[in-house]
Amino acid sequence: MTAITETHRPNLPKPKSTASRAHRLAERGVDTKLLMLLPAIVFALVLFVYPFSYGIGLTFQPLPEIQNQYGGGIFANYIAFFKDPFIFDSVWITMRLALPVALFNVIVSIPIAFKLRHKFRGKRFMSTLLVLPITLGTVLTAQGLLIFAGRQGWLNRFLMDTGIISQPLPLVNNYLGVVFSLVISGFPFAYLLISSYLSGIDPSLEAAAKTLGANWKQRFTKVTLPLLAPGLATTFILTFVLAFSVFPSARLVGDPLGSTRVMALMAYRSFAEQINYSMASTIAIMMGVVELIVIAIVLLGRSFLYKGSTGGKG
Amino acid sequence: MSNFTAQHDSAATELVDITANRNRGKLPPGEKPLVASPGTWFVWAGVAVFFIFLFGIITSVVVDSFGKGWFTTWLPQEFTVSWYQDAWTRFDLTHILGVTLIVAFVVVIVSILVGVPAAYMLARRNFPLKRLVMVLFLLPILIPPITFGIPLATVMYNFGLGRTLLAVILVNLVPSIPFVIITMTPFIEQINPSIENAARMCGASMRQVFVRVLTPLLVPGILAAGILILVRTVGMFELTFLVSGPQSDTLVVAIYRAMTSAGGSEARALVSSMGVIYTAMMLVILIIALRFINPTQLVAQVKEARED
Amino acid sequence: MSLTASAFDTLELKDVGRSFGGREALADLNLTIRAGEFIALLGPSGCGKSTALNCLAGLLPLTHGQILIDGKRIDVLPSEKRDFGMVFQNYALFPHLSVAKNVAFGLEVRGVPKAEVKRRVSEAIALVKLEEHAKKLPGQLSGGQQQRVAIARAVVLEPRIVLMDEPLSNLDAKLRLDMRTEIRRLHQSLGLTTVYVTHDQEEALSLADRLVVLREGRVQQIGTPTELHNNPANWHVADFMGYRNLLDMELTEVSGTQARVSGHGLSLVATLAQPARPGDTVRMAVRPHDLNVVTDHTVTTGRNVFTGRVGVVEYQGREFAVEVTTSTGQRLFVHAETAPQVGDEVTLVLDPARALVYQQSLDANVSDEERERQVLAEVGS
Repeated sequence: MTAITETHRPNLPKPKSTASRAHRLAERGVDTKLLMLLPAIVFALVLFVYPFSYGIGLTFQPLPEIQNQYGGGIFANYIAFFKDPFIFDSVWITMRLALPVALFNVIVSIPIAFKLRHKFRGKRFMSTLLVLPITLGTVLTAQGLLIFAGRQGWLNRFLMDTGIISQPLPLVNNYLGVVFSLVISGFPFAYLLISSYLSGIDPSLEAAAKTLGANWKQRFTKVTLPLLAPGLATTFILTFVLAFSVFPSARLVGDPLGSTRVMALMAYRSFAEQINYSMASTIAIMMGVVELIVIAIVLLGRSFLYKGSTGGKG
Repeated sequence: MSNFTAQHDSAATELVDITANRNRGKLPPGEKPLVASPGTWFVWAGVAVFFIFLFGIITSVVVDSFGKGWFTTWLPQEFTVSWYQDAWTRFDLTHILGVTLIVAFVVVIVSILVGVPAAYMLARRNFPLKRLVMVLFLLPILIPPITFGIPLATVMYNFGLGRTLLAVILVNLVPSIPFVIITMTPFIEQINPSIENAARMCGASMRQVFVRVLTPLLVPGILAAGILILVRTVGMFELTFLVSGPQSDTLVVAIYRAMTSAGGSEARALVSSMGVIYTAMMLVILIIALRFINPTQLVAQVKEARED
Repeated sequence: MSLTASAFDTLELKDVGRSFGGREALADLNLTIRAGEFIALLGPSGCGKSTALNCLAGLLPLTHGQILIDGKRIDVLPSEKRDFGMVFQNYALFPHLSVAKNVAFGLEVRGVPKAEVKRRVSEAIALVKLEEHAKKLPGQLSGGQQQRVAIARAVVLEPRIVLMDEPLSNLDAKLRLDMRTEIRRLHQSLGLTTVYVTHDQEEALSLADRLVVLREGRVQQIGTPTELHNNPANWHVADFMGYRNLLDMELTEVSGTQARVSGHGLSLVATLAQPARPGDTVRMAVRPHDLNVVTDHTVTTGRNVFTGRVGVVEYQGREFAVEVTTSTGQRLFVHAETAPQVGDEVTLVLDPARALVYQQSLDANVSDEERERQVLAEVGS
């Protein structure tokens, strides 16, 4: 047996890593493969971050006319925004359209999603039909509304021929027309979302409530609705944002200079007709701000009303 | 008035029939009968109204596009296809359709080529600032088009790209690339990473792993995302409208311009015919798409293998 | 079968370690593997064996140490350049490719000419006896068949080393035994150097030329199956090797390697497996097979003899596993040729050479012991 001359190894403090540097970087997830992310990041920076921040910066470079009219130096655009009623009123006008439409879309989707969630003959067909308008688009819907719901259109004809009304209803080229358009394009979207949230709620929860003696109304208000609330809030926010950004419908089936003078139209007017890029950006940014405020309010409200998970896949 | 009661009666009869069927056990197992409650009434009424509007709109446009002299009557006085021919030549629809399809396909292809590798990185790696990058990709989808579109269009004009095809393509990339990233990331996450490891141990470089292993498995997801972007880009109005011009309008924008030019019933039928062409194009895209999005064998293979 | 043996002499892991998140998953791994050897990495979950394998594969980066083949560093190479074959626990077959295409993958990726690919693939498939399934997709195969495809895919490349990560743990018991024989047969006929990770000591003992027992990221012992089985380096390895009787005793006398220990109502002569001093509290390890119930022809001279009361009797085919309690209630697992009655008092015999005495602490002096054994093992061969 050969003599063992190994020295006893004392407990030294851990020596510095002797692994290669490439290994140490790879440990943190950094290596050449990260370059795969590069095109997407470049795109996001060049086509989104830069223009957006440029736009924000632009809002602080008002045209001389605006400065002269409203004063306030670099804030002139914002002052103009709040002081010019033609522009400022558009906030309320847009809100007047978007809020009710979003509420309507969400609230109406609930019972419909509820009833349609069980399997029944032709469910797939029905679901496909309900989702159809998403492919139509706002411009088509507008044209269709103008014809169908116009003074000479089938809807008015039917109502007059059956004696329900004696004069054709003004359903287009006004507030109502835009509402119809927004509901037709917005409802399927809200329905889809709420359907999927509904299906994420564990059905055994309702079954449990049933066995405990709750009737359908109690089950709905005490079990389903609270669980659905977060999803409802999200759907409302998304539907609201969609409706608030309304643009072509407001022009085509609305009254663009009057009751449907929405913010998007005002922004476009500044952009393309007045070539006032800084004002246009200002209005566009303020659109985003208003939406953010509404979103914040909804989210705040949601966190007060319900805390917890949906008890299912949700 | 009498029509109403008639409708009411038939609906009630239908409900009675359904409950009767339930008692006779005629419905196949697993399908609940539609309960005859007031809630059902409301639901069906609401759905009916929605569909009435929907079909009314679609049919109106179609009829209008084939009609001549449709003013005060239920149907046009004559039927003709001249509007289509008129629209085609006057608005140079071949050019516009070409532009629309080119823009849509370029956007789809670029979005996928840029988005899928990025999604792969987000799915597989944790790296510094990952959260920030994810927010960066989420923003263009959350922020509404007009809000970032107007500054973006301003920049385009500043760079002399106003009204060009390139500008239309670029602006449409902004919501599309993040969309690909966000839909493909979970798709990639569900592929077992040891499959990639096995490929690497067999000697495959990253590129080979991507081409030979990942892409075939990702095809269903890529196709689905691609179709959605295609439909979205063809239907995208706001962003395209802000930067396009007569030579680079897509069909939607062209229709809008036609509608907002000097109007009248004649021009209206012209617009309707363009609208029908647009809808037809969408339908064709969707039908072709549905043939590809259900390669049931491919999906089934992946599913079975994963269920080990 | 025309597969050639691996084209290298030694693979050395030097001070290999990996820590992440502040935790040491693997530390101070020193191992030299010779071409053609079958090495098993054995230990409970979390002991670092899979980490070691993945570091060897290049799928995980090292934080310490080096890996060398014939003196050249390979830990700086990416996995795809190391020329190792790997078989995964969940098979990791490409779900969209047929069996044949799965096996052909590595060859195609290297640009091997088509005719050769075809030849080698059919040889490999024949080797694992899956000829009639060559065109099927993985989803259509059973677990055992998938595992064989995974093996074929790894060996067709004639890699320098085959790495196997608990390949049999997802199979049911009978299939596991069959596949174990298959793997042994393949190793004997192909002679490919293999590093095999498992938590099943029976599997490791039956397949390996040498075993590496790991615990909490550190090597406990490296040796041949016989060495580990008969001379475990510490009580943890003994425990793993089936020394079910682990008793804390007091060391009363020492003379040379012999020791007297007492505890639990017993006073026994035992053998020191690790250095210890009288007065130490030590742990004695005995295999059930070495604790026998006395029969008429049992030799008792020079052996420990004591009594106990029978608690549980288990039938094991040709013998019986019996649980016996001492006067103080300590349970012992013993071995009997005929079934005693529950409640009987029986006499047990224990050879001092098979009663191994260890230190209670597992950390002290392990590295020294380990180094000693390893050097001995290498010098001896």
